[in-house]
Amino acid sequence: MNFANMQASVYNDKVVRQFAIMTVVWGVVGMLVGVIIAAQLTWPELNLGIPWLSYGRLRPLHTNAVIFAFGGCGLFAAAYYVVQRTCHVRLFSDKLAAFTFWGWQLVILLAAVSLPLGMTSGKEYAELEWPIDILITLVWVAFAVVFFGTVGTRKVRHIYVANWFFGAFIIAVALLHLVNSAALPVGAFKSYSAYAGVQDAMVQWWYGHNAVGFFLTAGFLGMMYYFIPKQAERPVYSYRLSIVHFWALIFTYMWAGPHHLHYTALPDWTQSIGMIFSLILLAPSWGGMINGIMTLSGAWHKLRDDPILRFLIVSLSFYGMSTFEGPMMSIKTVNALSHYTDWTVGHVHSGALGWVGLVTMGSMYYLIPRLFGRKQMYSVKAIEVHFWTATIGIVIYIAAMWIAGVMQGLMWRAVNADGTLTYTFVESVKATFPFYVLRLLGGLLYLGGMCLMLWNTVKTATAGRSVDVQIPAAAAHA
Amino acid sequence: MDILFLLIPLSVALVFFILCALWWAVHRGQFEDIEAEGERILRND
Repeated sequence: MNFANMQASVYNDKVVRQFAIMTVVWGVVGMLVGVIIAAQLTWPELNLGIPWLSYGRLRPLHTNAVIFAFGGCGLFAAAYYVVQRTCHVRLFSDKLAAFTFWGWQLVILLAAVSLPLGMTSGKEYAELEWPIDILITLVWVAFAVVFFGTVGTRKVRHIYVANWFFGAFIIAVALLHLVNSAALPVGAFKSYSAYAGVQDAMVQWWYGHNAVGFFLTAGFLGMMYYFIPKQAERPVYSYRLSIVHFWALIFTYMWAGPHHLHYTALPDWTQSIGMIFSLILLAPSWGGMINGIMTLSGAWHKLRDDPILRFLIVSLSFYGMSTFEGPMMSIKTVNALSHYTDWTVGHVHSGALGWVGLVTMGSMYYLIPRLFGRKQMYSVKAIEVHFWTATIGIVIYIAAMWIAGVMQGLMWRAVNADGTLTYTFVESVKATFPFYVLRLLGGLLYLGGMCLMLWNTVKTATAGRSVDVQIPAAAAHA
Repeated sequence: MDILFLLIPLSVALVFFILCALWWAVHRGQFEDIEAEGERILRND
């Protein structure tokens, strides 16, 4: 086989640069919308009586922007960078790679317009209507061709573990998107799900939880397995464990979804299967978390003066926390207390802000200077400040939601001696108010850190210039 | 729960596919000299 990319002497960093910049831009946008809706929950007057700015329409905009725009662009950037650097070959196709960038930005823009207009399929984390779903499918197929084409034309025999994680993420997300988005269009902007009732709920959470597993976990673990060793300048603690981590995770993930449907019309045994698989997941998750953190074994002092490494390692602590909390919350008796309360919101954000957010920020701080021919970011001090504002923001956010959630759960289940409910629902809403204010404060801190990152990125990009990086000669890795 | 007639075969097919990938990786020598592979990425890129 002889492909044009195999002869190229430099890497394709243009598309990586584009995705890296947009990661930071969409991060600010998505987190800003998050802060706005947190304020709306605290003071509903902030809906301003304008339908396009109401909570119900902005909430899916927030989740889509942070997961698919911020997280998605970060994953594209990392996957394209890592696959080239570990395979010692240029991306399989420059044109298709450019298509994935512009196509993905178009998906995000269409989401930003259609969701506030109220166009939604009503499926959580898959709200976009069918024409956008088709565009996502096209972009994703192109992504798969570029990624697997690059792996297929690699000049290093061994496929580095990060690429296995990226590959699983790409294949699984394609499958989930196709099955869950199956729908019957009844107009240009309206469709109905191919499934009905509890069947639809089962497909939705089969999709929803696997999106957490393969988009928000496997993809970012790929990032973790490359950028932590690179930033720490040490190989991963146990490469053998990283391989076991990969296979164990992907073999066991698929059936955790039913834990989102405890005590619903879903058959009891299906709920129990979901719970058991969720508990099993603790093992591979913690194996990977320990493997990542122990990479610093013998070099802990690096945490003292390297804020990028701190981002990456603290992200793993949050990964460990939320992958412990998740299985606990999937236990039916715990779920009876936690479900439908703000505890769930806190759990999601300890994973999203703590794990996905911090690992992406750390990886981008590693990547951005290198993409602009510089040794480090414009201001290392600003990375340090960002780390602390983000971490304090997360802690305030999740602590507020834990307290609020447990309180709500206890208030809702409290019964008087005569069997009547002790509290009305609105009393629990009123009691939650101070925690909503605290959550807003945590979110503001996190957003503030992200704005600082945007400033730092702009300064780094304008002070540096785009450089072509040479691919190491074949002799170096025969 | 007719949907399980779709989701369960899909999962089984997926596990089969993953097994094939694992078999391929083992038999193509992807996991020989495994700890050295972790060091390689630190050398040059």
